[in-house]
Amino acid sequence: MGGAMKLLLPAVLVAIWQYVSAWSPLAPGLVHALPPPSAVVRDAWTLLLNGELPQDAGISALRLLAGFVAAAVVAVPLGFGVALWPLFDDVVDPIVEYLRPIPPPAWIPLGILWFGVGDVQNVFILALGVFFPAILNTIEGVRRVDRTLIAAVLTLGGGPADVIREIVIPAALPLVITGLRIGLGVGWGALIAAELLAARSGLGFMVQSARFAFDTPRMLTGMIAIGLLGLAMDVLMRAVQRHWLNWSLATP
Amino acid sequence: MASLDINDVTKFYALRDGQRFEALGCVNLSIGEGEFVSIVGPSGCGKSSLLRIVAGLEEPSGGEVVFDGIAVAGPSSRRGMVFQEYALPPWKTVAQNVELGLKFRGVPPKERAQIAQRYITLVGLQGFEHRYPRELSGGMRQRCALARTLANDPDLLLMDEPFAAVDAQTREILQEELLKIWGGHLTPQRRKMVLFVTHSIDEAIFLSDRVVVMSSRPGIIKEVFTNPLPRPRADESRSSPVFLEARDHLWGQLKSETLKAISQAVED
Repeated sequence: MGGAMKLLLPAVLVAIWQYVSAWSPLAPGLVHALPPPSAVVRDAWTLLLNGELPQDAGISALRLLAGFVAAAVVAVPLGFGVALWPLFDDVVDPIVEYLRPIPPPAWIPLGILWFGVGDVQNVFILALGVFFPAILNTIEGVRRVDRTLIAAVLTLGGGPADVIREIVIPAALPLVITGLRIGLGVGWGALIAAELLAARSGLGFMVQSARFAFDTPRMLTGMIAIGLLGLAMDVLMRAVQRHWLNWSLATP
Repeated sequence: MASLDINDVTKFYALRDGQRFEALGCVNLSIGEGEFVSIVGPSGCGKSSLLRIVAGLEEPSGGEVVFDGIAVAGPSSRRGMVFQEYALPPWKTVAQNVELGLKFRGVPPKERAQIAQRYITLVGLQGFEHRYPRELSGGMRQRCALARTLANDPDLLLMDEPFAAVDAQTREILQEELLKIWGGHLTPQRRKMVLFVTHSIDEAIFLSDRVVVMSSRPGIIKEVFTNPLPRPRADESRSSPVFLEARDHLWGQLKSETLKAISQAVED
């Protein structure tokens, strides 16, 4: 019942859209600006069958994976370093603080200059989007570790390596994963921006090329695919969070 | 056999304005084999600092702690500690928590599990081995922390207001259980040394052989009171004339210090 209610409003909106764009007196003027959902679905179906949509979506997803992994393997260990060693903090923190306020899309022109149009540039922009939320949340996660837990490990005979392995890493993990999840969202947005401006494939490119071809259904199909992929990633990250962090969700 | 000597230990912290914050004056105390010693004192008198110094978690500014003839230079599993906040990693189950010290000391997994089970049973947590701390009451969490420390078989048990966070009834039950586990009925040779920090005079009298009264900040030892309450102790001990007399005496010693500590807190 609850599920059905949640679908009610979107269904009504789609129905109104279909009516306005296909059957109302306004319909002829909307052929290019807002084609009806039926036309979008028809187009999406064609693009799905001829392989164009899966190909562009696959390319964007692969870029996402590459950039996400690259950013994560740098940001998370660096975040631990910054939080654990003051020297690291003094060196890295100012850089992070100055670069963080520059939104990833602002890097696109420089990225094109450095890496040209295509995969490397796209992945670079995406990785920037993932990097900052990931490192900042990791630092915060490590800093918030309960000192008493560390004292407990030391009085139980544990050494520094035990403190890191048994306490610091698991204690920081919830915020590390939160940072990666936020970074994935930011990075996805950054990637699409990069693909809109400087790519020869991917969902962003598909939307942009559809605009040049006045192919609005294709544009909308691309937008919907971007939204669905973003949603799928977030659901996946939430599942990872639930699976790994079941202790933090246990109720008395 | 194990012995503990606290020799001329002082502790101060450097404040930002260059001034010193004196936490501990000059403390001298020796604890003998199998002895249960409590430290009572007003808030901020440095009793927890003293315990952390004995544990090796903090360095004294002056003086030294000698344990078994060797100056303490850092934490050791031979000086086990139980914390007021339980200090149980919430991502570890009861069994994993109790096994932690054994794991650090390289005990093989199978043996580890057996030893842990023995101490889990000792503190009455059997059936809760796979629960997470969040799923336990405060009293059960502290039982788990106690089992974890005892599983390491330390020579000295340091307890920092371990029962301060549980309700009054649970607290009395935990005190009795602690005495039972410690071996209030055994000969001193078979008991562990315990250094127990508390706010509560009643708790100190019920548990200890000697009660150390500390002054307000900077903390120094005002009196070392030898507790005449006979062992083994039970609920009835709490209302015995000896108990009440000891309480009157200690409260007399502590009251003026507590008043001083209150006015200090207002100044700060």
